[in-house]
Amino acid sequence: MGVKLLLEKAHVEGIRSYEVYRREGGYRAVEKALKTMSPDAVTEEVKKSGLRGRGGAGFPSGMKWSFLAKPEGVPRHLVCNADESEPGTFKDRYLMEFLPHLLIEGLIVSSFALGSNATYIYIRGEYAWIPDILEQAIAEAKANGWLGKNILGSGFDCEIYVQRGAGAYICGEETALIESLEGKRGNPRIKPPFPAVKGVWDRPTVVNNVETLAAVVPIINMGGEEYAKIGVGRSTGTKLISACGNINKPGVYEIDMTISVEEFIYSDEYCGGIKNGKRLKACIPGGSSVPILPANLLLKTAKGETRYMNYESLSDGGFATGSMMGSGGFIVLDEDQCVVKNTYTLARFYRHESCGQCSPCREGTGWMEKILKNIDMGKGKMSDIDLLWDIQRKIEGNTICPLGDAAAWPVAAAIRHFRDEFEWHVKNPQECLTRNYGLANYADPLEVKSEM
Amino acid sequence: MEGLFLSLFTFHFSLFMVPFSEEKLAKVQEIIARYPEGKQKSALLPVLHLAQEVHGWLSAETMDYVASLLQLEPIEVYEVATFYSMYNLKPVGKYMFEVCQTGPCMINGSDDIVDYIKQRLGIGVGETTPDGLFTLKTVECLGACGYAPMMQLGKHYKEHLTREKVDQIIEECRKQAGQLN
Amino acid sequence: MSEEKKLFKVTIDNITVEVEPGTTILNAARQIGGEVTPPAMCYYSKLKNSGGKCRTCLVEVAAGSTADPRPMPKLVASCRTTVMDGMIVKNITSERVLDARAGVVEFLLLNHPLDCPICDQAGECHLQDLSYEHGKEGTRYEFNRRTFKKHDLGEYIQLHMTRCILCYRCVFTADQLTNKRVHGILDRGDHAEIATYIEKSLDNDFIGNVIDVCPVGALTDKTFRFKNRVWFTKPVDAHRDCSKCCGEVQLWMRGDEVFRVTARKDEWGEVKDSTKGGPGWICNECRFEKKDAKDWTIDGPTQVNRHSVISQGHYVNVVKPKETLPDVMGGRGPKLLMNIHNVSEVNRPEIELSKIAGPAHSDDFKNSLDNGK
Ligand SMILES: Cc1cc2nc3c(=O)[nH]c(=O)nc-3n(C[C@H](O)[C@H](O)[C@H](O)COP(=O)(O)O)c2cc1C
Ligand code: SF4
Ligand code: SF4
Ligand code: FES
Ligand code: FES
Repeated sequence: MGVKLLLEKAHVEGIRSYEVYRREGGYRAVEKALKTMSPDAVTEEVKKSGLRGRGGAGFPSGMKWSFLAKPEGVPRHLVCNADESEPGTFKDRYLMEFLPHLLIEGLIVSSFALGSNATYIYIRGEYAWIPDILEQAIAEAKANGWLGKNILGSGFDCEIYVQRGAGAYICGEETALIESLEGKRGNPRIKPPFPAVKGVWDRPTVVNNVETLAAVVPIINMGGEEYAKIGVGRSTGTKLISACGNINKPGVYEIDMTISVEEFIYSDEYCGGIKNGKRLKACIPGGSSVPILPANLLLKTAKGETRYMNYESLSDGGFATGSMMGSGGFIVLDEDQCVVKNTYTLARFYRHESCGQCSPCREGTGWMEKILKNIDMGKGKMSDIDLLWDIQRKIEGNTICPLGDAAAWPVAAAIRHFRDEFEWHVKNPQECLTRNYGLANYADPLEVKSEM
Repeated sequence: MEGLFLSLFTFHFSLFMVPFSEEKLAKVQEIIARYPEGKQKSALLPVLHLAQEVHGWLSAETMDYVASLLQLEPIEVYEVATFYSMYNLKPVGKYMFEVCQTGPCMINGSDDIVDYIKQRLGIGVGETTPDGLFTLKTVECLGACGYAPMMQLGKHYKEHLTREKVDQIIEECRKQAGQLN
Repeated sequence: MSEEKKLFKVTIDNITVEVEPGTTILNAARQIGGEVTPPAMCYYSKLKNSGGKCRTCLVEVAAGSTADPRPMPKLVASCRTTVMDGMIVKNITSERVLDARAGVVEFLLLNHPLDCPICDQAGECHLQDLSYEHGKEGTRYEFNRRTFKKHDLGEYIQLHMTRCILCYRCVFTADQLTNKRVHGILDRGDHAEIATYIEKSLDNDFIGNVIDVCPVGALTDKTFRFKNRVWFTKPVDAHRDCSKCCGEVQLWMRGDEVFRVTARKDEWGEVKDSTKGGPGWICNECRFEKKDAKDWTIDGPTQVNRHSVISQGHYVNVVKPKETLPDVMGGRGPKLLMNIHNVSEVNRPEIELSKIAGPAHSDDFKNSLDNGK
């Protein structure tokens, strides 16, 4: 059994209620922080813990907090990013549904560290029942003196509000989220200025993922240094992985980042192996935006070393032969799945979710979707594959926000690793409508093709 | 001032517009109070959600009303309402089946579920049954990928869908609608 | 030394200039002028918050500053990136930039109708210029283009949404020049469009300026009599006493007739500063209602120096559109000029524009026009 810091109490009966959560040791972190620590000391612990943002980018959280501008007389805000819309990712939902008080506790401690008297949870609109759970938890916390004015006599005031989005993946991008919180269209802002200087209502703002903020609780309880001892290298602490696709036990798992990808997929503690005894074909290990990897490159790196479930190992080999930890949305495809179709649905997703502000993303995502659809329907041409490559290349890096990259990478990786499957679709326009390409030859180590 | 606003609006609003109840107006005030002074525009998304609860969709009149409540120009409301996929700008059925069709759901058979619903209800994607009871929509990832295939029905998710489960859901909706009438 | 304001040295395509801190790369390049200036389709120096969206102005930063000479990993939007002392920028000397820009041009043209021969913006369209200078020949796009119906936004302005490149300039104009904005960007992604949602007219006193800021022919002047290609009219500078605006305009004339009134433009295609200071935006009355030469005092011919097909001879290696008006109008001479919108429907469904390689030629339209009679 790996270490559990976040989900340890998830199965305790009634843990959603304040009484049970408190009885199980909840709100100790608030007591410790507000009674014995200064805000800067809290930030210092988070720095020491090596915690990296769990929203996808993996930026060191303590460092992010220390960048927050603190001009005299200007209020600052903490905003919790609960927009969770990256395909394959559903871990924040699990935390909020089952352990709402853990998030609220993390938010109080973090708000204290950052000096946020009004903290907002921006939650995707489709999670329509969760605001009720969170608001209930907030009310309970407030009734018990953990929120409101002069909390625990520390002089620190804090309120937490839940704001619902209304259906837009792009509002997970932090500046789009801020715009949306201001009641506007979710158009990402052009940076600089960064939110740490000018965020919501032009005030200094920190945006952090749900899991990041929940992790602050064990960090304060055990101390940053202890937290940093869990895991390996710069992948400290534990990480929630939401596993889905063709596996026996889809769900949300907490891992310490020392286990191998193979163990994660096949052990009964986690995914429990591929469903129906089938073979593993490919996997998107960190949410739909990260490069898809064929089985051989997933379990072992290009150098033939074991691949582990952590930031460094998953990205070993760069985009040529590696992928990314991303948001922890782990999507497994078995031998019966079609990579072309899968890539098409993702391209459709990004086209649907582009805000439309900048031309490469607005026009390019739609173009890629149309071409992929054609190929999937057996109407593609050989030149389409190169065209796709060229389009993704011209989107990547040239857009306002990383959604452009997120749309380009899955297409690039699918072509890079599964080009023969694309070509098969073009060459067999009839057959591809009746069956899938199957496992073919990529279960065996492929020669590493150089970048085009 | 606000009273004047409201009375002006009550008489000219048509079929598609019911002004908020006292209770809803109080809720609007409560939401506005969450933000700094003068930043009531921040309340726009939540207030549009409130407005949509009344009719299930947002007419231009409703949006104009919301604009007046928050002291915004109508175009600011239209811009926002058309950006987000959850606001319905046309009437929809009483029960809206929003089936996810993104990668993880697709590889778990969401296409089959969509086809089955089409067949059961006799409507295509984006259509509403003649009795106004059901609308079928396909949507992108709803954050339930591990419980695929799935759909959103009103406030809640229906997960691990099978044909049998779809039958059951349709039955329940029909029954509930019957009771309400 | 400390008294003096320190200027920043920035080198663009091997040319060094000194600029005030806070200047953007684009504006520094404009100080140099000529080819090293990146094209800008969405940035507009007179509109706050504009820029950053179209991505045509991307440049490579080969060295961030003297203090930190590391290159920037990604290309940056020159209109929204401020210079640092010692910054080294590559525009047309960077392969990466040229490649990315050709990509952006292709993206912008993807859903843009190739109806230049019948578009009344032809000749002063920044997108047309851009594609001549930076685009590649032909299109690789094989799908139907996105189309919209054209709309009247009140009695003065017509919207051809099909041509819009979503630069947001007209939105900023309405926000910053008028007290009440009634049009905006609706929907999102590749469905986003400029619209009013419900039929509404744009009739604020200064709303006419959206026509001047629009880089393409999406917002046009309905009062432009005998719309035709601008290169048949002659621009002259003129002024009148106006209580609402600076009254300094450009008249587009043919003989003694005033065909159209616009603000005066600088070499970047932006509204010039008026002699009274501040941008020379003009009011609706001057623009739409003063179509008599007697309304104006003529100052003399306008120097046209914008990089465009108006300034003939600018292109060395490109093929200039060579059709003459009779070609375009199906054999009719200029005497028969009429409102182009009556004789041609942009994106007529029977004309599959995406099947035409390169900008459409009048021939592509002629047949179907004749059939339509
Ligand atoms: C298109 C896009 C979508 C994103 N969606 C989310 C999201 O749903 N949840 C999230 O926490 N971060 C998301 N992010 C990352 C956020 O921009 C931001 O990095 C994150 O909230 C920072 O929190 P962290 O440092 O705690 O990870 C997204 C980024 C992009 C570019
Ligand atoms: S990259 Fe896409 S989502 Fe991001 S700002 Fe540009 S158009 Fe919007
Ligand atoms: S109508 Fe013209 S000015 Fe307005 S966004 Fe479109 S291209 Fe830009
Ligand atoms: S893909 Fe269907 S819920 Fe995520
Ligand atoms: S002009 Fe710079 S991005 Fe458009």
